[in-house]
Amino acid sequence: RVSSDGKPPKFQPPPKPVIIDRKTKKEESRFLSPEFIPPRGRKDPLKYYIERKDMIQRRKVFNIPEFYVGHILAVTTANPLAGDKSSRFVGICIQRGGTGLGATFVLRNVIEDQGVEICYELYSPRIQAIEVLKLEKRLDENLMYLRDALPEYSTVDVNMKPVPRMDHEEIPVNKVQVRMKPKPWSKRWERPKYNIKGIKFELPEHKMQAAQKWSQPWLEFDMLREYDTSKIEEKIRKELSEELEK
Amino acid sequence: QGLLRRSVCHSLPSFGSITGACRAIQKLTRVRVVDNSALGNTPYHRPPKCIHVYNKTGVGKVGDKILLAIKGEKKKALIVGHKMPGPTMTPRFDSNNVVLIEDNGNPIGTRIRTPIPYTLRRREGEFSKVLAIARNFV
Repeated sequence: RVSSDGKPPKFQPPPKPVIIDRKTKKEESRFLSPEFIPPRGRKDPLKYYIERKDMIQRRKVFNIPEFYVGHILAVTTANPLAGDKSSRFVGICIQRGGTGLGATFVLRNVIEDQGVEICYELYSPRIQAIEVLKLEKRLDENLMYLRDALPEYSTVDVNMKPVPRMDHEEIPVNKVQVRMKPKPWSKRWERPKYNIKGIKFELPEHKMQAAQKWSQPWLEFDMLREYDTSKIEEKIRKELSEELEK
Repeated sequence: QGLLRRSVCHSLPSFGSITGACRAIQKLTRVRVVDNSALGNTPYHRPPKCIHVYNKTGVGKVGDKILLAIKGEKKKALIVGHKMPGPTMTPRFDSNNVVLIEDNGNPIGTRIRTPIPYTLRRREGEFSKVLAIARNFV
């Protein structure tokens, strides 16, 4: 700045501190576990309300962390047949399914060249601990194609230390393109029905175009298939926050 | 490494068409022998196949005994894992695993490297020797 001649420059007050209110931001983008959202149907909402109360009861006693498909989890379950009565399994979450108390998630790992998948129930009393070892979202919500991918993409080190989480805001998206074993696969993953973005298809062009024959571009405009969950989600979030504060 | 067409390390020729889903073990399923016995690991031009399941239903799950045809011989075996999803909290393997066994229940191999489900421990009396040679449990 050009100072005025002779006199000292005019006092410039320091810039005002920008206050980022993290609390309000967090409430807007808070994670709601997908099993709370009831499926579309004609069942009495009372059933889902009672189930949600039970789910909240369980969550008060046992901490179920926020996780998505693609995270690496370690689950300790009570097992009377195991040494020390508990068994630990580490793996990538490939699928989250079910609603309500029957919500499940499937963990996959490759141990001694053998692929193993275990489907756990989130609210089962046999589960003693769920630790999130690595937070990482993937490009798809269903990683079942890992069964037909090269085993290196499903191997998770059993003695992995939990990776410390950097920000409390964003979960990183791993944009890895997985390489597959030669065909045949368990499902035809190149077809548009599965809409998979996380595979590096090394198929010839004419095969990729032939797969597009099964595309149904009218599906995204079908209004009868729409299920708008935003209002339901808001109600459930309010319920949750009230119950958890008690 | 479930289907032999894809496993490069075994250096076996390809076996014709591969059927998909009907995943528990029944007659004519190709299985993978998991222990370190000579009979299970020497290469042969035909994969080991199940020819009988010792069960009321013809479908074998974990812990059932089956009759295998390996290298032109008949041998009994114990199922230690299959591709079919079972009850929740139990493991599902990517290949149908089997451990070769004598008629009295003694395993032929001396070591099992692949993971074995804990559910086999329930029948400790029958399978104690097989469980003794197993290394990892899932």
